[in-house]
Amino acid sequence: MGKQPAAIIGVGQTHHRAKREDVSMAGLCREAIDRALADANLSLDDIDAIVVGKAPDLFEGVMMPELFLAEALGAAGKPLLRVHTAGSVGGSTAIVASSLVQAGVHKRVLTVAYEKQSESNAMWALSVPLPFNMPVHAGAGGYFAPHVRSYIRRSQAPTHVGAIVAAKDRTNALKNPYAHLHNEGTTVETVLASQMLWDPIRYDETCPSSDGACALVIVDEDTAASSPNPAWIHGTVMRSEATTAAERDQVNPQAGRDAAAALWKQAGITNPIEEIDAAEIYVPFSWFEPMWLENLGFAAEGDGWKLTEAGETAMDGRIPVNCSGGVLSSNPIGASGMLRFGEAALQVRGAAGEHQVDGARRALGHAYGGGSQFFAMWVVGSEKPSN
Amino acid sequence: MSRTLQAPVTVAFDYTRSTGPVIGRFFSGLRDGVVIGGRTSAGEVVVPPLEFDPVTHEPTTDFVEVSSVGTVTSWTWVPEPVKAQPFDRPFAFALVTLDGATAPLLHALDVTSPEDVSTGMRVRVRWAAERTGAITDIACFEPLAPGEASTGSTNEASSQVVEPVETPVTGVVVPVSLDYDYAASPEESLFYRGLNEGKIMGQRCPTCQKVYVPPRSACPADGTPTEEEVELSQTGTITTFCIVNVPFLGQKITPPYVSAYVLLDGADIAVLHLILGVPAEEVRMGMRVKAVWKPKEEWTFSLENIDHFAPTGDPDADFDTYKHHL
Repeated sequence: MGKQPAAIIGVGQTHHRAKREDVSMAGLCREAIDRALADANLSLDDIDAIVVGKAPDLFEGVMMPELFLAEALGAAGKPLLRVHTAGSVGGSTAIVASSLVQAGVHKRVLTVAYEKQSESNAMWALSVPLPFNMPVHAGAGGYFAPHVRSYIRRSQAPTHVGAIVAAKDRTNALKNPYAHLHNEGTTVETVLASQMLWDPIRYDETCPSSDGACALVIVDEDTAASSPNPAWIHGTVMRSEATTAAERDQVNPQAGRDAAAALWKQAGITNPIEEIDAAEIYVPFSWFEPMWLENLGFAAEGDGWKLTEAGETAMDGRIPVNCSGGVLSSNPIGASGMLRFGEAALQVRGAAGEHQVDGARRALGHAYGGGSQFFAMWVVGSEKPSN
Repeated sequence: MSRTLQAPVTVAFDYTRSTGPVIGRFFSGLRDGVVIGGRTSAGEVVVPPLEFDPVTHEPTTDFVEVSSVGTVTSWTWVPEPVKAQPFDRPFAFALVTLDGATAPLLHALDVTSPEDVSTGMRVRVRWAAERTGAITDIACFEPLAPGEASTGSTNEASSQVVEPVETPVTGVVVPVSLDYDYAASPEESLFYRGLNEGKIMGQRCPTCQKVYVPPRSACPADGTPTEEEVELSQTGTITTFCIVNVPFLGQKITPPYVSAYVLLDGADIAVLHLILGVPAEEVRMGMRVKAVWKPKEEWTFSLENIDHFAPTGDPDADFDTYKHHL
C-alpha cells in the first residue's frame, strides 16, 4: 500500500512583530492554531495528534518547551511530537505531520511552529564563544556572508542582484497583512544605500528578528472532502548533510540538490520553472534567492541571478518567489519554514489574498537550516495527485 | 597529563518573558500581595491559573482570589540545596492547596527538619520584602504558629471574582545560567596542544586522504577514524570571507574586522580566522596569508595563540586552486 492522500485544509498565522509582548509562547501558538482550526472548520477536539516545532532551545532558554505547552496546544490525551532541525524546522515539522496522515496513522493532525525572538537574542545564542576557539563567529549573517561572496564570485553575478531580491520581497510584504516589515518605498537604490553589516550583506538584505507562529491542519482524503479548497500534498522531501566535510559545496549543497531532484520526481514534475506557479523559498539573506533557484533546479548553476535580474521571480514573473514577502519580511525562526509551506498551500487554495498568484495550481514550500545542512520541501497542488 | 583538554564555560542570558494576560494576572496579584487562581469550566480553582481551559480549550478569564493560607498535600525534603534554590540550607518543597483553591501550588516550605513537616499541616505564604510581580514574591511557605487562626486574610474566597488591575504585569526577566566543562576530543586536544608549541596539527583520513584541521576524530565524509598526524604549513589562501561591521552582545573583537576562511597549504578544509595587517577593503579571495602568532609568553591551548593572519605579499592564488573549497 502506498501513501494515503493528504491535504492541508487549515492555515493560520500570527501577525508577526519584533515584540509580541501581549502574548505568552502558548498564547502565540494558540493565535495561529485557532486561525488554522477556524479555516479548517474544525475544533481542537477533532484533532488526533499534534506536531510542534521550534528552533534551538537556547534561542529562548526553555528546554523542551513542548512539556509546558502541551495543555495549551490541546495535546492532553493525544500524541504530541516535537521536531528539531534548526532553521528548517518549520518545514520538517509540517512534513512529519503530513507523514502521519499519509501513513494512515491519523486522520486529522495539527502542526504548529513558533519563535518568540524578543525573549532572547539569536545573534548571541549563535555566537557563544567556546574555549580554545577563535571568537570570530558573528551570528547567522557572519556565517552565511562568506558563502554569499563565494556565490557572487562563482556566478559572476552583478552586485546589485541581492538588492533586487530585497526590494521585491519587501514590496510583496505590503500585500501581506501578517508580515512583520511593511517598509513602504523600498527600492534597489534604498537597499544599496543601507548599511553594510556583514560585507557583502547589507542591512536591508537581512531578515528581521520576529515573534510569530504558524499552524496547519493536515487531514486525510475523507476529511478533506468537506473543504472547499484543500491543498493536496504532491511530494515531501527532507535531506541532511555534514556541516564541515572537506570540499563541501556551501553555495550549492548536495543535500539540497538531491532533495529537489527527489521532490520533482515524487510530484511528477520534469520542468520546475514551467510547472510550479508560485514558490515560497527560505531566503533569510537576499542572495539566497538566486542560490536556491539554482539548487532547486529552477535555473542552471550560475544562472539563478539572471532570473532574479530579469524580474522573473516577481509576482508577475515566470516563477513568482516569496509573494508573501518571505523570510526577509518576517522571521520567527522556528515558524519561518512552516510559513513557507503554509503560504504555498494558500496559493493553491486561492486563499492568499492580495498576494495571490492568479490561478496558481502547484506551489513549492522550502526551508533550510543549520549551516545549509538541513533541507525540507514540499509541493502542494489544487488537484488531488494522480500518482 | 590528561588525554583531553577541558575548560569551564558559562552560558548565561537574562531572558525576557512575556507573561500573557493569564499568568500576568497571577503575577499582578503577587505584586499586590494576593494570590489569584483561575476557575476552569469544570469548576476547579487552579493556582497559578491555567492559560487555557483543559476541557473547552478557551483562554482562562474567570479569576478568583484565594487565601494565603493552605494545607500541605505532599512534600519532599531537600537535604543539600543547590545554587539558586530558595534556601541555602535544608528545606522542604511542598505542594500546598490554598484555601479556596482545588489544586496545589508547588513552593518552598521553611522548616528546619523533615520532622517539622507533614501532609495535612497548615501553612501560609511568607511574602518577600519587596514584591515585583514574580513567583519569588512568595518567599516561601511557613507553618502557622500554634494557636494561630487557621484562616488567612481571605475567607472562602473562591466565589469572589476579581477585577482587572490598572497596571498589569506583562513580563518577567528570567536569568538563566548554565555552567559546564567543555571537553575537547583527543584529536582536538592534539590540535590545541600543537598550538601551545607553535604548530598547526591536522589529521589525514586514511580512506579519502583529506587532511582535516582541526582533526575531527572521524572523517565527516566517510566516517573513518583519523589517526595519521600532519603538521600543516602556516601559510595559506583566503578562500572567502566577510567583513563584520555589526556589533553584538558577547562579541570579543571590536568591529569592523575581517572573518576569513583560510585554506592552509596541505589542508583540505579551511579554518575561520581573523585577517589583519591590511585594510579590510583590500582583502581578496585568493589572497596569500600567513599566521601571525602572539608573543610566546601569552600562549595557551587555543587557536587564539595565532593572533591573526596577515598577507604574505605573494601573488594571489589562482581561483582554480581553491574553487572546490567554496
